[in-house]
Amino acid sequence: MRFAEEFRSRELVKSIADRIRQKCQKQWTLMEFCGTHTVSIFRHGLKSMLPDGVKLVSGPGCPVCVTSKTDIDKILALCDIPDAIVATYGDMMKVPGSKFTLAEKRAQGADVRVIYSSYDAIELARENRGRKVFFIGIGFETTAPSTAAAVRRAKEMGLQNFKVLSLHKLTPPVIGALLEGDCAVDGFICPGHVCSIIGAKPLEPIASGYGKPCVVAGFEPGDVMQAILMLVAQLEEGRSEVEIEYVRGVTYEGNSNALKIMEEVFDITSSEWRGIGVVENTGLVLRGEFADFDASPYVPQQIRSEPDPPGCKCGDILRGEMLPPDCPLFGRLCKPSSPIGPCMVSSEGSCATYYLYARSEKWMNL
Amino acid sequence: MCLAIPALIVEKKGSWAKANVGGIVREISLELIDRPADVGDYVLLHAGFAIHKLEKEDAEETLRLMREVFG
Ligand code: SF4
Repeated sequence: MRFAEEFRSRELVKSIADRIRQKCQKQWTLMEFCGTHTVSIFRHGLKSMLPDGVKLVSGPGCPVCVTSKTDIDKILALCDIPDAIVATYGDMMKVPGSKFTLAEKRAQGADVRVIYSSYDAIELARENRGRKVFFIGIGFETTAPSTAAAVRRAKEMGLQNFKVLSLHKLTPPVIGALLEGDCAVDGFICPGHVCSIIGAKPLEPIASGYGKPCVVAGFEPGDVMQAILMLVAQLEEGRSEVEIEYVRGVTYEGNSNALKIMEEVFDITSSEWRGIGVVENTGLVLRGEFADFDASPYVPQQIRSEPDPPGCKCGDILRGEMLPPDCPLFGRLCKPSSPIGPCMVSSEGSCATYYLYARSEKWMNL
Repeated sequence: MCLAIPALIVEKKGSWAKANVGGIVREISLELIDRPADVGDYVLLHAGFAIHKLEKEDAEETLRLMREVFG
């Protein structure tokens, strides 16, 4: 197999790091947008191989972390509907809403099912026609087409008891929103599997409009290192282009089949990102013809969510303006076993990743 | 959450397939894939859906680029 193992070779990764060291003359801050990249960087100890001139900051690319507390509270409210089955990906279970997590809600008797695929929720709806199955559609463009496929399937099957709460988010416009703020990032390691769907093309406005180079990267350590080399080369040479390192997983134009089904099922709307706020054109809602499958009408109108716990810096961290160890609660009050913010809950959250992989390293070097 | 992993198609029936994912065979949907995939092909699998057909040549091209740094 030539799709994973070869890209993990320690020797290869080290030699790319040497090349970065030769190439890098100035100071550059790069953002790895995606939480899966953050995990790969830590798991393989990539930061310690980089020269001082390259600083990596994590971005908002963890769908669980950027889901607003109000949206979590909406899911919790759906659990209270009589006869409801709430079907969700496992990542959502431990994220705190204003009062509870979904796991706690389940412990109190709510029927919450962890599923692997959107089609598992279709199966649940088919087997439980007398009950409503609320599928929590969460994730970026990687996941949204699979929700769209399930909605289309429900329509074909006449499964009126299948309802989707679409919390899906779109990524390129949020990078733009970050750059409109105080984001001091020079270039972006862009999300490989989001781009498997959308292609590299939608990143062009970031590279040409904002002048920030973008390299779409795979998730093995060799991929991430090579993407960093490509970004440093662009920056040192004064270029700002969209490049694809992850050639085996991404094309420039993207997956037209998946894009088509997304367009067929969803309209684009604004969306609230935790720590960033409401960003135009980053949300997906079901189109009118699929309204029967929309869970929104079942969500109570008045959801008043409590503010984030005092001291939690998730917002600054998701915007790449702060590193987790700088949060006063990090590792003291807030740990994966007793998380305070969502960034400590998700296995791809920056705080959890720092806690799990980097506690022994000196913070100053991170 | 956005992780997709390589899976080998071992059986195919219309838009459904069985794929070997790290030793476990599971049922996957080919509905969203970008180009036709058959038994013996590798695909990127995400949440039960194949989202991209993997080509050996693409992987080799990247490895070639990475290895240039040895020279
Ligand atoms: S360490 Fe905990 S409290 Fe601090 S930002 Fe991270 S998740 Fe929030």
